[in-house]
Amino acid sequence: MFKKFIDKSRAKSPWIMHFDCGSCNGCDIEVLACLTPMYDVERFGVVNVGNPKHADVLLVTGTVNPRNAKVLRNIYDQMPDPKGVIAIGACGLSGGIFRECYNVLGGIDKVIPVDVYVPGCPAKPEAIIDGVVTALAKFEGLRG
Amino acid sequence: METIILMIFGVVVAPILGGLISGVDRKVTARLQSRFGPPILQPFYDVAKLFGKVKVINNFWQVFCAWVYLIAAALSVALLFAQSDLLLIFFVQAIGAVFLVMGGLASSSPYSQVGAQRELIQVLTYEPLIILVFASIFMVTGSFRIDEILAYDQPLLVKLPLMFIVLGYALTIKLRKSPFDFSTSHHAHQELVKGVLTEFSGPYLGIIELAHWYETVFILGICALFWHTSLVGVVLLLASTYFAEILIDNTMSRMTWRWMLKYVWSVGLVMSFVNLIWLHVG
Repeated sequence: MFKKFIDKSRAKSPWIMHFDCGSCNGCDIEVLACLTPMYDVERFGVVNVGNPKHADVLLVTGTVNPRNAKVLRNIYDQMPDPKGVIAIGACGLSGGIFRECYNVLGGIDKVIPVDVYVPGCPAKPEAIIDGVVTALAKFEGLRG
Repeated sequence: METIILMIFGVVVAPILGGLISGVDRKVTARLQSRFGPPILQPFYDVAKLFGKVKVINNFWQVFCAWVYLIAAALSVALLFAQSDLLLIFFVQAIGAVFLVMGGLASSSPYSQVGAQRELIQVLTYEPLIILVFASIFMVTGSFRIDEILAYDQPLLVKLPLMFIVLGYALTIKLRKSPFDFSTSHHAHQELVKGVLTEFSGPYLGIIELAHWYETVFILGICALFWHTSLVGVVLLLASTYFAEILIDNTMSRMTWRWMLKYVWSVGLVMSFVNLIWLHVG
């Protein structure tokens, strides 16, 4: 019974952590817009935490380059399992218009495994909320 | 026998009550910010999820301190329900508070260290006030034992109105609400991440959350002593007190520890002395 309740709780209480690998701030503002009274993701139990050790879902925006890849990897490793990763915006997905730049590695998935891709430049808050909800399906998948 | 049943009742009911209070707190806070807010049961989901996560620990002491914090908090609530001695309850809850600080100090993370130092200052600030409240209750009723206090025929609020406000300060600090939320705050991301709780994760964070619920119930139970003569009075008093806490939390910004120490000690001590002199004269 407890196991069932814990599984249900996972989907009901995703604590997000937001990491910006050097984006233009467009996607970051849209992520933070989700937390405002307008969209109010807290009604789904989402809390924006500043600590990877407390986070369940990692939201990553911006382009990965060799410098911040280490930081991203470190943050990902500090999050206790089960955890999900959401890549947000064109830059996070593939590098976007910076794809061919000499210092850009490409998408987030070159560094850490990504569960959900949220496209857009910038991604819409609705799409980001949808991405978080889709990532929760992964937690539910752990049930079986 | 009856005492043991009451103790067990306290240990079982207190976390449920504390979680519900925490859920209502979040809901009311959201409504005050014109948001819809999470469901009332949200804190239970959070804690259940934390217990379902993988254990990541730094060292043995951290785990040990988290457990002692929980046990001390649960024991203080159990003793409160068993109508034991106020001084004994005070020392038991003080042990819990100190072990939380030790848990923070157990890891070398700078955020955790800073948070633990700040938590220590908070403990230093509210403990004398709580002792003064207990001492004043003793001066009115002539006993530290809760069963004898409950036998007193008049609400303590009539004789100790200022002491109740002093206890309110202790409650605000203990609940880690603004303007005293500087040891661990949801909103201090850049400043100190999560303070004393930074290095606790997964099940151990869940344990600390559980202990926090016990502490909430504990201090509200002490508040309830101020209007023990009627049940309606208790409910009314606790509801208005907690609503005032939420209101203060939403309208105040975080202050520094220097401000807290100066303000709470000066105002708290002055109010205590005024109340005690008034008690003595009247």
